[in-house]
Amino acid sequence: MAQRYNSGLGWADVTPKAGWLNRRQLMMTMGAALAASPALAATGPYSTDEAPNSLEDITGYNNFYEFGFDKTDPAAHAGKLTTSPWAVEVDGLVDRPGSYDLGDLLKGLPVEERIYRFRCVEAWSMIIPWNGVQLSHVLDRVGVQPGAKFVQFTSLARPEEMPGVKAGLLDWPYREGLRMDEAMHPLTLLATGIYGEPMPNQNGAPIRLVVPWKYGFKSAKSLVKITLTDRMPYTTWNALQPKEYGFYANVNPEVDHPRWSQASERRIGAGLFASRVDTQKFNGYGDLVADLYKGQDLARDY
Amino acid sequence: MLRDTIHRALRPVRPWMVYTLGALPALLLVVDVFTGNLGVDPVKTIEHRVGEVALQLIVAGLCITPLRRFAGLNLIRFRRQIGVLAFVYAALHLLVWITLDLQFRWSEIGADLVKRPYIIVGFAAFLMLLPLAVTSNNAAIRRMGAAAWQRLHWLTYPAAMLAGLHFIMLVKAWPAEPLIYMGAILALLGLRLIPRAAPRRVPA
Ligand code: HEM
Repeated sequence: MAQRYNSGLGWADVTPKAGWLNRRQLMMTMGAALAASPALAATGPYSTDEAPNSLEDITGYNNFYEFGFDKTDPAAHAGKLTTSPWAVEVDGLVDRPGSYDLGDLLKGLPVEERIYRFRCVEAWSMIIPWNGVQLSHVLDRVGVQPGAKFVQFTSLARPEEMPGVKAGLLDWPYREGLRMDEAMHPLTLLATGIYGEPMPNQNGAPIRLVVPWKYGFKSAKSLVKITLTDRMPYTTWNALQPKEYGFYANVNPEVDHPRWSQASERRIGAGLFASRVDTQKFNGYGDLVADLYKGQDLARDY
Repeated sequence: MLRDTIHRALRPVRPWMVYTLGALPALLLVVDVFTGNLGVDPVKTIEHRVGEVALQLIVAGLCITPLRRFAGLNLIRFRRQIGVLAFVYAALHLLVWITLDLQFRWSEIGADLVKRPYIIVGFAAFLMLLPLAVTSNNAAIRRMGAAAWQRLHWLTYPAAMLAGLHFIMLVKAWPAEPLIYMGAILALLGLRLIPRAAPRRVPA
């Protein structure tokens, strides 16, 4: 599948690859690298202009329990994952259900670059330059029926290639869900790449959900199924520990996780002494998404 | 016999040398800080490593008595150093939490200390280790008297259980590692409950 931008300029155009591969490396070659490249400009109204984390950060620190509990397990074990061919089954309340080849499902849809804040429920965060298509475009393509109220996402569970699945660490396959208006929101992305390159396996290749105003666990990886349904779907963490992980899981500094505070977060890559920053409600996307929750008690619907 | 070999090998080891050995994990951390060897999230790595060393030292300290009783291996002269080191690493762990993790956000630190069960449990363990460390010298034993000193040092057992519990409480789902530590702690405490054989009666 083509990993092109619709915005003309891509990361590869504005930054020498060595620069974003490794920030430390970038520091060392700072003079040369920066002199040769124009400033990185955020593209479009949805991207943040904060500096993205290095690819080393983004691919070396992952919660992807299909490959193990440790944050370094995905980088160590995801190399074995077969991502081509890849089919995504679309079922439930849709006009055109079926098993779609990934390329066919996305063909012709605009691949955009979105630099999003990513906030994990464990109170750490990164800035990630995703490439992907809006989920709404894909849903429009398959034809959502009026009765559909929710979308469920199912991740791959392939024990031969996923040690954490084989070990039964969670109730596999991993499942997540969104309300219809959340799914149709322009911020909600089906991401297929990072830094203009195909999605690294440990980040959820070849296609994953990205919902930047919600805690990271909502953004299910390596999707094999999208189901349109009329009721709130089963979601993995919510089913495991309903008091700790709600269905909505909107980033909210005012609503603590029962075991830890959500008031602030540590920005990965910010060094030993300056990494803690205040957490923003809806992860800073409130002006775009707060309306979705008007009249809803977010302390109850956490 | 293996036991005698170990005893013989350890004969030249002075108790203070345990401190030298115990400084190694900390030194290694310092080296890793400067070589950038701590991974993507150095703060968590440091916090976890010192916490884990503290827990390992607690477990090591609990091994001393059963090893002597059940294996005849006498390492009792190293126990004080192991205990003090456990406290030092627990203190470092707390310090890392305040300085690098929460970065002196005192209101959040205060809130965590009263609201977060796993923090409360960890802090309780630390507070129990504190008087043990302070009284880990001959002068304290003399001043307190052996019986009172011994009674105070029973705090080791709840401290160990709380430390193990703290680890279990802070993880998501059920990874094996914290359960293994807790299992080891409970087993080592359980061994102490086995009654000593009654002195054999000499038949008349
Ligand atoms: C005897 C005292 C303590 C021991 C033995 C201990 C041990 C541990 C261990 C083994 C870990 C997990 C390391 C890993 O994941 O590999 C840990 C994590 C942690 N401990 Fe402690 N701890 C103690 C006291 C405390 C105290 C007093 C605090 C703070 C007030 C604290 C805060 C934390 C935090 C914040 C984490 C990391 C949680 C996370 O992953 O985000 N601990 N501790």
